[in-house]
Amino acid sequence: MLNELNIGFIFLSAFIVNNIVMIKFLGLCSFIGISTNMRSSIGMGIAVVFVTVMACSISWILYNYILVPFNLEYLRTVTFILTIASFVQFEEIIIRKKAPALYKAFGIYLPLITTNCVILASAFLGIDYKFTFLQNLVFAVGVSAGYCFVIILFASMRERLDNAPLPEAFKGVPIAFIMTGLISLVFLGFKGLFKL
Amino acid sequence: MKKTVDFKNFTLGLWKDNPIFYLMLGLCPLLAVSAALKDALGMGVAFIFVLVGSNITVSIIRKIVPEHIRIPVFIVVIATFVTIMDYSLAAFSPQLHKNLGVYLPLMVVNCILLGRAEAFASKNNVINSTLDGLGMGLGFTIAILIIASIREFLGQGTLFGINILGENYLPLLIMIMPPGAFLVIGFLMAIKNSVGGRKKC
Repeated sequence: MLNELNIGFIFLSAFIVNNIVMIKFLGLCSFIGISTNMRSSIGMGIAVVFVTVMACSISWILYNYILVPFNLEYLRTVTFILTIASFVQFEEIIIRKKAPALYKAFGIYLPLITTNCVILASAFLGIDYKFTFLQNLVFAVGVSAGYCFVIILFASMRERLDNAPLPEAFKGVPIAFIMTGLISLVFLGFKGLFKL
Repeated sequence: MKKTVDFKNFTLGLWKDNPIFYLMLGLCPLLAVSAALKDALGMGVAFIFVLVGSNITVSIIRKIVPEHIRIPVFIVVIATFVTIMDYSLAAFSPQLHKNLGVYLPLMVVNCILLGRAEAFASKNNVINSTLDGLGMGLGFTIAILIIASIREFLGQGTLFGINILGENYLPLLIMIMPPGAFLVIGFLMAIKNSVGGRKKC
């Protein structure tokens, strides 16, 4: 049934309806940690989009053309995490050599991404849903764009929160979680749109 | 390096350095599978198994792993235990495996596991590392059980599937949906801040 799904639906579903942060609870460590600052949120968001799309495509190819033909599906966790880790390293070297300006913009966020669960999760989910290559690509773009969108949105709200009069106990992380809950409520409203 | 067994390593993780409430690591599985107590308990047990296993292994091989490639080695060790857990759960408890879904393999990127391997197990002997793994794992399990009991109690009026509040209770459905998880952890952290204890962030 999933195979007949239109790629537009896959994108919308990954982007909004099943938003990776708000509905699936993934990438929370970086989401809460980095969204205190607008500039770093934009950097992190773009870096995640870039790495997710590339890493998901590579791990899809590895899974379907190497692991499945040799009956090695049980190695997928090890394979994917090593793929992502080595890909991030590789990418860092290439970008530093070919596009120094971009490297400066990404800064420290590139190595940090290895442990961001958004990337590994979209690699796993793409396999679990039995997507074709094109669908997997669109799915990866949707998921990572969803992360990027939410973290930038949240950073702009958190900058205002700094000046808000709050009870002492709620300052910092607690209020950030409560606000995330309220935004999550909004995303829940899209749930009826369609199912994946 | 201490050779003796120190029980402090066990108790530290339970409350004082609780990985969730104090260190704020590994939040993803905590929020995702805390809608029902049964799943939360399963996640907690799986987590203890992986943490203890990886701590012991890392502690055993700590002297033969070259300094430069230790992080990839630790990740492979953790991934191995996660895979063992994944496949044993699929065989022995398919329903739980289905409920935990993608969050089970995602334990690989959980910061607590790599954090303990790097910060503790790679510097201490096997027994202390085992105790540390047990303590941190139990601390995680306690945290996830607290959150799950609040969510299940308010969201369904039940605990472990047993009805507590009676037939006439109108469930607060938001609690078992994603926003409820964020609200509960936000309020718990605020309570912890105001009750005292060390303040973080």
